[in-house]
Amino acid sequence: MPTIVIDGKEYEVPQGENILEACLGLGLDLPYFCWHPAMGSIGSCRQCAVIQYQNPEDERGKLVMGCMTPVQDGARFSITNEAASSFREFIIESLMVNHPHDCPVCAEGGECHLQDMTVMAGHRDRRYRGLKKTHRNQYLGPLIHHEMNRCITCYRCVRFYKDYAGGSDLSAMASHDHVYFGRHEDGKLESPFSGNLVEVCPTGVFTDKHLVNDYTRKWDLQSAPSICPGCSVGCNTSPGERYGKLKRVHNRYNPDINGYFLCDKGRFGATYVNSEKRIPAVGRRSKDGLFDAIDSSQALTDIAKGLSTSKVIGIGSPRTSIETNFALQNLVGQQNFCTGISETETALVSACIEAIKESGAKIPSPREIERCDAILILGEDVTNTATRIALSLRQAVRNEAFNMAEGLQLQSWQDAATRMLVQDERSPLFLASPHATQLDDIAEGIFNLSPSNIAHLGYSVASLIEGKKDDAAKKTDANDYGNIAEALLKAERPLIISGTGVTDTSVIKAASSITSALVAKGKETYLSLIYQEANTLGITLLDQGQGPSLSNIFEQGENNSIQTLIIVENDLYRRAAKHKVDKLLQAADQVIVLDILDNETCNQADIVIPASSFAECEGTLINFEGRAQRHFPVFESKHPCRPSWEWLTEIGKISSNKNMLEWQCFDDINKACSESSSTLTGINEVAPDRKYRVGGRKIPRQPHRYSGRTAMVANLSVHEPKQTDDTETPLGFTMEGHSGDRPGELIPFVWAPGWNSNHSVHKLQTGSEGELKGGRSVVKIESKKLIQSKQQVKSVNQNNDQDHFIAVAMYKIFGTGELSSQSPGIIELCESESIELAIEAADKLGVSNGDGVTAHGVNGTVDLEVKINDSLISNCVGIIQGMPGAANINPGEGLSLTRSENWVRRSEIISSDQLGGKNV
Amino acid sequence: MNNSVNSLSTEELSAIDEELEHAPYRSAVAIDALKIVQSHRGWVSDSSIKEIANYLEMSSEELDSIATFYNLIFRRPVGENVILFCDSVSCWIRGCAKLEKHINKTLGITRGQTTEDDKFTLVPVPCLGACDKAPVMMVGDSLHENLTEESINRILEDAAVKGKER
Ligand code: SF4
Ligand code: SF4
Ligand code: FES
Repeated sequence: MPTIVIDGKEYEVPQGENILEACLGLGLDLPYFCWHPAMGSIGSCRQCAVIQYQNPEDERGKLVMGCMTPVQDGARFSITNEAASSFREFIIESLMVNHPHDCPVCAEGGECHLQDMTVMAGHRDRRYRGLKKTHRNQYLGPLIHHEMNRCITCYRCVRFYKDYAGGSDLSAMASHDHVYFGRHEDGKLESPFSGNLVEVCPTGVFTDKHLVNDYTRKWDLQSAPSICPGCSVGCNTSPGERYGKLKRVHNRYNPDINGYFLCDKGRFGATYVNSEKRIPAVGRRSKDGLFDAIDSSQALTDIAKGLSTSKVIGIGSPRTSIETNFALQNLVGQQNFCTGISETETALVSACIEAIKESGAKIPSPREIERCDAILILGEDVTNTATRIALSLRQAVRNEAFNMAEGLQLQSWQDAATRMLVQDERSPLFLASPHATQLDDIAEGIFNLSPSNIAHLGYSVASLIEGKKDDAAKKTDANDYGNIAEALLKAERPLIISGTGVTDTSVIKAASSITSALVAKGKETYLSLIYQEANTLGITLLDQGQGPSLSNIFEQGENNSIQTLIIVENDLYRRAAKHKVDKLLQAADQVIVLDILDNETCNQADIVIPASSFAECEGTLINFEGRAQRHFPVFESKHPCRPSWEWLTEIGKISSNKNMLEWQCFDDINKACSESSSTLTGINEVAPDRKYRVGGRKIPRQPHRYSGRTAMVANLSVHEPKQTDDTETPLGFTMEGHSGDRPGELIPFVWAPGWNSNHSVHKLQTGSEGELKGGRSVVKIESKKLIQSKQQVKSVNQNNDQDHFIAVAMYKIFGTGELSSQSPGIIELCESESIELAIEAADKLGVSNGDGVTAHGVNGTVDLEVKINDSLISNCVGIIQGMPGAANINPGEGLSLTRSENWVRRSEIISSDQLGGKNV
Repeated sequence: MNNSVNSLSTEELSAIDEELEHAPYRSAVAIDALKIVQSHRGWVSDSSIKEIANYLEMSSEELDSIATFYNLIFRRPVGENVILFCDSVSCWIRGCAKLEKHINKTLGITRGQTTEDDKFTLVPVPCLGACDKAPVMMVGDSLHENLTEESINRILEDAAVKGKER
C-alpha cells in the first residue's frame, strides 16, 4: 500500500484509489460533488481541490483535483492549505450564485449534500446581489418531483441515468447558465431506476414525489433496517415513517447486493402500507358480504377450537417471512401445509434447485454478477422480474472497458476517459427471449425464440462447449450459437441467467447443462436463477416438497374433506383459476384469512385477521442466492394488525400445540425454525437477537435531537409521550442509544457529524464500495444443503398445433406484484390486464390494440384486452402475470384464441373517467 | 409512420441521407441534420426534434441536448433575417456597442428578440473572423464589414426589401 503525506501526516492508502477516495476512507473531510463511489470521477465540479507538492522542499505546491489524482507512494498533499480551502469556498460561492436561498422549503433540506458541503467549505455570506437564473420545472411522472432551480450542474444525474443505468430520456440541455437537466418534454421518466436520482442528485432537484406531497424531514423520520419485499433480489432498504405512515424508502448500503442503488418498485412500491385497503380489524364476513368487527380473543379461541376437531389445511405464501410460514406449518402440521405457489411455478422452482445442486456452478451475488465477463440470459426478463440485477448486468458488460482502460494504465474510476476510450465496446451478453427486453441495447446477440426453442438453444450451446459438434448441435446452430459458446469459453467468469419467469423447466435444465459443461472445462462458472417473489426460495426450502400441492388442496376441497382452511398473506385468485378457488373456498366450512390488504380471497373468508406489513414486523426472507436476511419493524402500526407469526402462535398456544407453547417472541420462532431442518440452520444468525446491546444500549430508530422531543402531539399536549418499549428487537423506538459502528444489518439510517445526507455512509465503510466497519453477517444457504421438492407435477398439456398459441408469462415491474402495485404513484404506472399478441396473430384474428380476445384453455375461457407487441414471436402470446384474469391461464399451455364479439373497448366505456388529473 | 404536417420533407431527408453516407453511425450526423432542417424551416421546432431523432435512431433528449447546446441552432422561430452581430473584443474597440444601440433603436429589438413584422432577429456572436474589418455583422448569409450607422441603415433596408436570403 502506498504511503502518502496529507498535511504533514503519513497515511497508508489503498493502491489504485484517487486522493478524494483516499481522504474519505481515512475519515478526513474533503468536499466534493461530481464524484460518486459507484460512478467514479470526471473532475468537473472542482470542489475537491487540494494542494499537491512536488517534494518535501516544495512549499508552494499546485492545485489539483483530489478525485482526478491517483495516489502514489510518497506523494504529498494538503487539504487545509489556504490556497486550496479558499478555492473550495469560492467554488461553493459560485455555485450559490444561482442557487435559491430557501432551504426551509426544500425537500432536500436536512439531508442535503450541498448544505453539508457549503458548511464544510466554510462559505457563509453570499456576496452576489443580482438576479438569479430561474427555470421551468417539468412533470416527470408520478414518482419524481423536479425543481430545476436547485441545480448546481454537477452532472451526476445524467451520468447515473444515461451512463450507469442506460436510460435515454434525461439529458443535459443548453449551455452556460442555461444548463438544464430534464426531458425533451414533460412526461414520465422511463428508466426503472429513475428513483435513484433522488439520492444521486446532491441537491433538491429530483426528490421523491410521494414524500414531497406529505413531507417529513429526515431528522423527524423513524427508520429501521429493512429488506425490500418486491422481488427475489432482496435489496436492503431503509424505510422512514412518521405519524404512523410510511413516508419513503431509501437505499441501505449492502456491498454484496444493492450497493448504492434500488429499483423503482423497491423505492416507490412500499407505500401500500398506508393504503385504505388495510384490513381494519379482526372481522367476520357474513354471507351477504358485510364485515363485522369481532372480539379478537374470542375469534382466536373459536379458531383454535376448530383446529382440534376438524381437518385443517394451511396455505402459506412466498411473499411473507419464513417465520410466518413456519408458524403456519407448525400449527397445521407439515402434511397439511401448502406453499400456496401454483403447480407450474413449483415445478419451475424445483427445476432451479436441481440445477443449482447439479451444475456445480457458483451462485453470484449482484456484486459478483458485475464482475462476470460473458453472459447468457435464457428467457428470464430480468428487468421486470429482478430489476436490480439488470443494473448489475449493465455494469458487467463494462468489464471489457475496464480491461481496455487497464491496458492504458487508466484506473477504473477515470470515468470520462474510460468511456471515451472504449465507445461501444462491451463484454459479450447474449439474450434469448420470446419478446424484446430492456437489455436488448447492450446485447451482442439477441435470439427471439419460443421457450422450447430457447431450451434447444441452451442444449446446443452446452454441446458446443462440450465439443460435441455433430450430434445435438446441428450445422446451422453451430454457426448461430457458436459465438455464444466461444464467448463463454473465452471468459474468465462466464455467467448463465435463467429463472422461473420463462415458464419452461427445460430452459432451466438447459441452463444447468451449459453451466455443467463450463464447470467441466474448469471454468469459474456462475449461475443465477431468478424466482418471482421475495421468499419463493425460502418457503420452498421450508416445505421441502412434503406438503400438498395447490391442486391437491383443490381436490381435497372437491371431496369435501377440508373443514377449516387458513390462508396466510396469499390472494389465491392471483394463483389459480377462479372457478377452482371459488369451489375450494365454498367447500371449506370455515375459511380464515390473515392478510395485509383486502383482496378477493378476503372477500370469500369467514374470518379476516389483519396482518402487519413488512414495515411493521420482523421477518426473515431468503433471496435468489439463498441468502437469508432480516427485516425489522420500522414503526408500530395504528391498525390493530399484528405479525402473522404472532397471530398464528397465539392460536397454537390456545390449542395447546406442543411446539408452539414455548414460543414467547420472534427470536424463539426463528430459532425453532433454524433447528427444524439442516437446510435452514443458521437463519437465526442473520441478525443479532433482541438481547443485543452496544455498551448496554439499544440502537435508536430516530436521529438524535437535542431537545429530545418529537413534538408529534404538541398540538394536544406539551408533554412528550413515553415511547413504546421494543422488547422484540435490538432496536428502540427512540432517539437515544448507541449510534456508532454497529453491524450492517442493524443500521436504520445513515448519519455522521457534518454529513447529514446519505453520503455519510462513507463514514461507516472501510473505503468506497467496501465493507461496513461494524461488520455484517452473511448467511447463505449452501447449495449442497438444498433439498429438492419431490413433487410430481403433471405436465401441462401443450397444444402445439397450428391453431394454438403458447401462453408465455410476461412480468411487469409495475403491475405484477400484488402489493407494490397498490402503492400511490405506482398505481398510475401499472399495466392493465391484457394479452400481448404479435402483429401476425392479431391480423389473423382481426383484432387491434384495445379489442378483446377470448382465450380458450384448460380452465375454460377468459376475455382479455389485446395489446400488440411487435417483438413477440408469432406463435406465442404474452399473459401479464399477477392479475386475476391471467390466473385462469397456465403459462406454457396451448391456447386457442377467438375475437371477442361482446368486448367493449375501454375508450368507449366513459371517456371522462380517463381524464384523471395528472399530479404536477 | 408519422404523417403530421411536420414530417421531414423529401429534400430534407435526402440531404440528411447524403450526410449519412459519410457517417460511421446514424447519430453522428445529428448536427448536420439540425442544420439542414433549420436551413429549410428557419428554426428547429419540438416536433422537428422528434422527427430527426427518430430518423437518426436517437432519443429526443439526446438530440435536444445537442440542439440546445449550440446557440446557432434556433429552437424558437426567428425572423426572415438573423443578424449575427459581433460583440467580441476587436469590434468592441471599434465601437460596436454604440452600433448595437443603433440597431436596437432602428428595429425596436434587443438581443434575442425578433421584430414584430418577423423581418429580423438580433443575435450576438463572439467573433465572425473578420477582426481586421471590425465592426462586422452578418445578415442572413452575407458578411458586412466596417460598419457605420449609415451602412447599417442601408443594409437593413435592403434586407427588409429582399426578404429571406438563401
Ligand atoms: S440536477 Fe442535481 S444531479 Fe443533476 S446536475 Fe443538477 S445538481 Fe447535479
Ligand atoms: S430489485 Fe427487487 S428487491 Fe431490489 S429494490 Fe427492486 S423490487 Fe426490491
Ligand atoms: S468531485 Fe472532484 S472535481 Fe468534482
